[in-house]
Amino acid sequence: MATAAASGDTFPKLLLAHARTRGDQPAIREKDLGIWQTWTWSGVATEVRLLAAGLASRGFTRGMHLAVIGDNRPRLYFAQLATQSLGGIPVPFYQDAPAPEMVYVFQNAEIEIAIVEDQEQADKLFEILPQCPKLRHIFYDDPRGFRHYDRQELASYESLRAEGEAWARDHPDFLDKAVEQGKGSDTAIMLYTSGTTGNPKGVVLSCDNLILTSRGYAELEGLRDDEEVLAYLPMAWIGQNLFSYAQWLVMGFRINCPESAETVITDMREIGPTYYFAPPRVLEALLTQVTIRMEDAGSVKRWLYRHFMGVARHVGARILDGQPVSAMDRLHYALGGIFIYGPLRNTLGMSRIRVAYTAGEAIGPDLFVFYRSLGINLKQIYGQTETCVMVCVQPNGHVKPDTVGPPMKGVEIRLLDNGEIVLRSPGLFVEYHQNEEATREAKDAEGWYHTGDAGYFDADGHLKIIDRAKDVGKLQDGTLFAPKYLENKLKFFAAIKEAVAFGDGRPEVTAMINIDMQAVGDWAERRGIAYSGYQDLAAKPQVYELVRECVEKVNADLAADPKLSGSQIHRFVVLHKELDADDGELTRTRKVRRRYIAEKYEPVVHALYSDMDHCWVEAQMRFEDGRTGTVRAQLAVREAKAFPPQAARQAA
Amino acid sequence: MTGKGRQFGEVILKVENISLAFGGVKALTDISFDVREHEIRAIIGPNGAGKSSMLNVINGVYHPQHGRVTYRGETRHAMEPHHAAAMGIARTFQSLALFKGMSVLDNLLAGRNLMIRSNIFLQALRVGPALREEVHHRKRVEEIIDFLEIQHVRKTPVGRLPYGLQKRVDLGRALAAEPKVLLLDEPMAGMNVEEKQDMCRFILDVNDEFGTTIVLIEHDMGVVMDLSDRVAVLDYGKLIGDGTPDEVRSNQAVIDAYLGVKH
Repeated sequence: MATAAASGDTFPKLLLAHARTRGDQPAIREKDLGIWQTWTWSGVATEVRLLAAGLASRGFTRGMHLAVIGDNRPRLYFAQLATQSLGGIPVPFYQDAPAPEMVYVFQNAEIEIAIVEDQEQADKLFEILPQCPKLRHIFYDDPRGFRHYDRQELASYESLRAEGEAWARDHPDFLDKAVEQGKGSDTAIMLYTSGTTGNPKGVVLSCDNLILTSRGYAELEGLRDDEEVLAYLPMAWIGQNLFSYAQWLVMGFRINCPESAETVITDMREIGPTYYFAPPRVLEALLTQVTIRMEDAGSVKRWLYRHFMGVARHVGARILDGQPVSAMDRLHYALGGIFIYGPLRNTLGMSRIRVAYTAGEAIGPDLFVFYRSLGINLKQIYGQTETCVMVCVQPNGHVKPDTVGPPMKGVEIRLLDNGEIVLRSPGLFVEYHQNEEATREAKDAEGWYHTGDAGYFDADGHLKIIDRAKDVGKLQDGTLFAPKYLENKLKFFAAIKEAVAFGDGRPEVTAMINIDMQAVGDWAERRGIAYSGYQDLAAKPQVYELVRECVEKVNADLAADPKLSGSQIHRFVVLHKELDADDGELTRTRKVRRRYIAEKYEPVVHALYSDMDHCWVEAQMRFEDGRTGTVRAQLAVREAKAFPPQAARQAA
Repeated sequence: MTGKGRQFGEVILKVENISLAFGGVKALTDISFDVREHEIRAIIGPNGAGKSSMLNVINGVYHPQHGRVTYRGETRHAMEPHHAAAMGIARTFQSLALFKGMSVLDNLLAGRNLMIRSNIFLQALRVGPALREEVHHRKRVEEIIDFLEIQHVRKTPVGRLPYGLQKRVDLGRALAAEPKVLLLDEPMAGMNVEEKQDMCRFILDVNDEFGTTIVLIEHDMGVVMDLSDRVAVLDYGKLIGDGTPDEVRSNQAVIDAYLGVKH
């Protein structure tokens, strides 16, 4: 197979180039009625031509925005391409966004035409129609349920395509002309990022942004035109746009749309992607499924699994990184490949994966190493919507689980005094749509983008992300203190559900810890420890001992890191109640509100920084039915061992 | 989205003066009502009112001692199950009628058994007409799978599915026969609220998309009143009310029987 990517500086030009040079090759597949349906490159070009003609006949022209709402469906991909062909800008939406959250985007982008997947999405638009007077046309893909709709705004995708067919007859070369007018600096797409405060911001990305980034990744990984990719993540997400859209058109590989969100695992197994992208939560769900199924397996299989997974943990990742491993271990691992790793990779649909990426949030080292030890080349990447996810990527053969790797080619990174990462790259966004103030805040006069993340480079030049810059503080002696980094490390233990670290302006680091009721409950049951409920369980000395072991493991880890060895956790308490969004302690997306917690649990924090070995705490609590009550409890404060920086390796 | 202002066709099914007794127990006494094409018709009543017996009379499992059943213009003293099935009456069961060890796909294909024309030998060899026919049936079944949104369990043995999904498969199995009239025996029994909502949506969609006439028995009053065009109320084997949900709701005899009466 050829590896040459098509040339062209816009997506429609790339599409036409593929259709011209290799039109009979498959471009996109969708599983429908149990069968994979295929469109070739020339088939896609035809669909796009008719749809673009249809849109043009409805008055859609250069510079206008068009909403695309739904799951991954080929027709929605055609809609994006048709929009771009006419010089318009597609705005994909998260398909599960509730209607009121869509209003702002429709108003902000002055959207007149929406192409939606089905009745569910159309209903949402009718709900917000009174607030979005500009919205004139809604076209739907799946006709189910629309039979009794009598709305003048509504028409089917088919009817639009048919209109296009007629219009294209009268304007035979309109598409080539329109595509010819496009250039690389044109806006390719607008993606809205959900801020934690205020309205979402429309990130404007140019064709150059996405195409240069795609080429950067392709070059780095040696991607080819015969890759198989599963298109299953939301179309409004930058990762999906980069890996299943921009790169699809640049490289000319094949994307596959699953039948439905529930069938992704089966469909993935059928397709066997060679190039794969998954956020940590997807990888975690897969691992949980494997673990549960193994628990149900017979004893011989269970033994084989445990034994060979032990071997894999020991040498798998090192073999993948090409490090020296003894011949005996290699043999042992190869045997495991026959009995366990191969069949398991096959079950996961990962037999053919050459490169897999994960990004979006911090991934637990156990989870990460699980996949790598099976021989799957899973790597972390780092980036934002604003940078087209092109900042850092872990290099093949040198993956360090706690870093995101060195900067990619063409990316310049500087670290500010407070540790904030600022950067310039070819993928850097143009602006926030109609929001100059926010644009100026994020991107300074010289074009440096302020990520808001804090991090530093380790000895190998790999970037390590530690926290949001605004949360990073300093201990009294000036040692760097990154609470989120410590909390994440703690939360990677199954026994710990939430953690809050304190230390800014204090002599040492301490932590409040929430146990995970299910994990610790199971653990207690297996040991015959009787308990009456959460509060009782959390106060058990054995549980404290369990948590102390976790904390000390984290400390041992930290001691190995020259920058962070000073922020080891010295004292901790195990809280008597779960931190809860209903009590205002967490945000709705389960992020800890550390300032509020510090105020609410002031006596606990006081005890952590005194020599008391217990404290009393009274906390308001909101029950499920809305009533509030007060819980009073005595909490023990325990010490954890801290390690001197050099002794760390043996202890760990 | 009930049938306010909906258009119905001719009477497709009529039962007249049905009486059914098991020895001394009178299950049904002199029941008459009709079902019009395309409507959703509910039969409600307290436990032991004779609802399931009524369905069993309609599709011929029970033979009433008195009365007539008229279906699509043909009047019989009693239906026979195979007649009923051949003439386009399909039903689901309160206690499910599925092959637990077979996949969802195979269960639905089994539901098309009556429509398979090629003989067993051709089928076994999978040649010529038999293969073409199988492709056709598979396509129809896939459409039902798509319609009921059960793609993710297509190849899962039915016995491994949760109860709510099994109910949906049972509905699919009945739909596979492409019935004119669909009898649903407590389609929502044992379901949680979300599953009930899903099931309601599917019943309305079946009625709407395929134009299937639906006769259903249900306990959940809310569901019945929302879903049905007309409701027949049974109590101790007697018809005590018949009409639109609003009419039935304000019928004193129904209120007394179903919702209880003050003493």
